[in-house]
Amino acid sequence: MNPRLQFAETAADLVETDLSVALVYAEISGQFFGEVERRHPDRVINVGIREQLLVNVGAGLALTGMRPIVHTFSSFLVERAFEQIKLGFGHQDVGGVLVGAGGSFDAAGAGRTHQAPGDVALMDTVPGAHIHAPGTAVEVDAVLRRTVASDGLHYVRVAGQTNADSFPVTGKLHVVRRGWGPTVVAMGPTLDAVLEATAGTDATVVYANTIRPFDARTLREVLATPDVVLVEPWYAGTSAHVISAALADRPHRLLSLGVPRTEFRRYGTPEEHIAAHGLDAAGLRAALDGFVSLAA
Amino acid sequence: MTATQIETQPRTEGAGYDDLPALISLMSGDEKHSAAAHSTLDVVWVLYDRILDVTPETAGDPNRDRFYLSKGHGPMAYYATLAAKGFIPDEWLPGWLEFDSPLGSHPDRNLVPGVEISSGSLGHGLPLAVGTALGLRAQGLSTSGAGARVVVLVGDAELDEGSNHEALELAAALGLDNLTVVVVDNRSSSYAVGGRVADRFRTEGWHTVTVDGRDHGQLETALSYRPAGRPNAVVATVIEPVIEPVIEPVIATVESK
Repeated sequence: MNPRLQFAETAADLVETDLSVALVYAEISGQFFGEVERRHPDRVINVGIREQLLVNVGAGLALTGMRPIVHTFSSFLVERAFEQIKLGFGHQDVGGVLVGAGGSFDAAGAGRTHQAPGDVALMDTVPGAHIHAPGTAVEVDAVLRRTVASDGLHYVRVAGQTNADSFPVTGKLHVVRRGWGPTVVAMGPTLDAVLEATAGTDATVVYANTIRPFDARTLREVLATPDVVLVEPWYAGTSAHVISAALADRPHRLLSLGVPRTEFRRYGTPEEHIAAHGLDAAGLRAALDGFVSLAA
Repeated sequence: MTATQIETQPRTEGAGYDDLPALISLMSGDEKHSAAAHSTLDVVWVLYDRILDVTPETAGDPNRDRFYLSKGHGPMAYYATLAAKGFIPDEWLPGWLEFDSPLGSHPDRNLVPGVEISSGSLGHGLPLAVGTALGLRAQGLSTSGAGARVVVLVGDAELDEGSNHEALELAAALGLDNLTVVVVDNRSSSYAVGGRVADRFRTEGWHTVTVDGRDHGQLETALSYRPAGRPNAVVATVIEPVIEPVIEPVIATVESK
């Protein structure tokens, strides 16, 4: 299933089964919420095209003890309404589950206004915020159920790009391949391209669908050489600081790959953007070869 | 000394309106500070003294009434009222703005008992209150014109912030009759247009009334009224010249030596 459709289906199920859950949205994805909104008009709330209000309505619901799911495109949820996240949730110290759709380049053809490669970096500045990048629809379902059932503030990044295989949502790094060469950290839906780029090499590949807090312990356990490659489908280097902190007492080198921090005036398809940013298998392999010698 | 280390207790017998200047002077250090110097004082006092169903004992109850001081600025009147009503000890007041005081120039709900929202950045209280009104309604804690309510205080200049307009439109569209906005109008907005504040709420479908923001009887009547099916806006006009103590954010500078 399409991850965004899965989000809508799981969110509707959570509203249906848990009286403390409210779903707040701002027109976007409303086409998926008709049935649950008709059944639970008090807890499924469309605020119209009002994103500042969207986030603070979620926080205001949380102030009464409810568990809000707050949803629109990542560009408008995180980048437009950031102060509402920072103060409404962060500074008030109330929890909720923010679900952003679109990611860095789902809306390639729509242009920069609808692209949010900076969302994870921004959310990373909110104290205590958990960040999730599920790589499949199955992971979207799992992470939504897990975060709604827990407390605290969570950001769930639902993007169209997916991996072939699903992994449990445990908060831990998953060791997908164990080698004796460099360690590649694949975040969210970059895993398939990373596996293809490193096929037949001695690289270790670990996969993160929980981005924050970062599982430093597993990284330290699997590290075979000082060489670390970080692959993120949002701004390059967004997670460099957590890798650096995890390895503060170990000699290491870090190559951070991701979306360049430059204005990128192209339309086209998500696949074309992935390739243009060097995040397809060929681009990743070229970057790896420039950084380390990969043995077979 | 932190909030938890302060050994003093809040008063158990409530103080009165006439005690507020003395409580405020504990913060301002000005013996002659009068109530008239604080544009929000009468509104906040009337709310806690006559309107809101909340006490220090019920401050954690799900069905309590909520007061959201949206603008956050000039909170001495708020702190004085909270002390007078027994939410915080009087002894906290003299240390306000100090490093280890729970009382800042913008209130923090995580530091001050009875404070419902942390505010200071303008234009957040009313949107938060809309969410809270929806939450109270969804949980059955308020029903048409009765039960738990949320009262949010905004300044007239605070309405410059566009986020308020997103909120006041939706509140009327959803008929949030457990929501009251009190606008303390001391004519501090640049580009103000006379009567615009009330007109804007009325246009969107709110019940709207304008009262003298110093008249406790008028405030009580206006703030008690809960029209069924509509949110309520009370414009509390504070027309006499008011000298607000200016509490600018302190930007520390390190002297070079």
